[in-house]
Amino acid sequence: MSFSANHPTNRAQAKVLNRFDITERLVARLKHDEAVIGGIGYTNFDLWGAGQRAQNFYMLGSMGLAVPIALGVALAQPQRRVFALEGDGSILMQLGSLATVAARARKNLAIVIMDNGTYQITGGQQTLTDQGADIVAIARGAGLVQSAWAADEGAFEELVDLALREDGPWLIGCRIDRDKPKDTTERDPARIRDQFMRGLGVKK
Amino acid sequence: MDEEAPDRAWHEIVRDVLKRHNVSLVTYVPDNVLRPLIDAVHADPFFTAFAVAREEEGLGILSGAWMGGRCGILLMQTSGFATLPNVIASLAVPFQIPVLMMVSERGTLGEFNIGQSLVARTMRPVLQALAVEHHTMTRLDEVEFIVDRSITQAVATQAPCCFILSPLLTGGKVFAA
Repeated sequence: MSFSANHPTNRAQAKVLNRFDITERLVARLKHDEAVIGGIGYTNFDLWGAGQRAQNFYMLGSMGLAVPIALGVALAQPQRRVFALEGDGSILMQLGSLATVAARARKNLAIVIMDNGTYQITGGQQTLTDQGADIVAIARGAGLVQSAWAADEGAFEELVDLALREDGPWLIGCRIDRDKPKDTTERDPARIRDQFMRGLGVKK
Repeated sequence: MDEEAPDRAWHEIVRDVLKRHNVSLVTYVPDNVLRPLIDAVHADPFFTAFAVAREEEGLGILSGAWMGGRCGILLMQTSGFATLPNVIASLAVPFQIPVLMMVSERGTLGEFNIGQSLVARTMRPVLQALAVEHHTMTRLDEVEFIVDRSITQAVATQAPCCFILSPLLTGGKVFAA
């Protein structure tokens, strides 16, 4: 794919971005009620902190399932763009789901991986991405050919715009820092699910 | 309830009831006993059916699909169900998502694999501990009633439900010496 020519070839070459900053940049570009699935941990907290949209779903457990949940939404609503936001520790638990996403080939699905190489919420223990595992390379190997590391903030926005405009599935790898999240998600699952279904037009 | 046509096999009855309830998404990790049902949903364009790498993933996909307005069912065998307690407890139950599950029961009535017989003992205690509605189907004449009524209840009460296919119904997997 020619699109990847301008992007870093591996994790080490990508600039370390701020999680909340790029979450805000993503949310600011969503103009058509795109769905966003926030995986557990600080990924989720910063999505909450970036503004509570009715089309956001905040997981409160089920570590690793942001991508499968996003695939389910994408299968149910082919006209809506769907983003999964997932951490490195989480996606390492469900690498098979990347192959499933590739096999289903949903045009309306994009995955954003927030990779700081740590299980930050449990005390900053090292994950496997800090020991040589490259999620973008793994994703390409799983069949997600449209996978790239974001070189910097501008490149991240370009990749998001591409995912909003062109056929997916997409995977955007982001190296992020270990900043504290800006807020904490309210732990009320029934309310989260109900608002999300209303945000998707499934409930009136 | 519709009158049951006696000439249908269990998997044909299940397929027909799923269609009637608009359960159109089928995720699975394959199993020999489930094969005729898997073949049947693949053969019918009403269904979107595909294998996933892990049962947890299948449950996640169905949860997302439900919230997006589409109902589905996860097919697996007993050992696969044993990988699910965390996601049933942290996704399907607290978020009140009516995920449907169907388990081909291994580990009993002639099991030849000790691993299967041991892991099978965890299934009902897990379902009971999480208070997940579940029914074991042993006879052809009860399949339609159980699946039909339970899907209605799962959707109406926003709660997951698990169907267990007993070897008494399916013949199970036979020991090949």
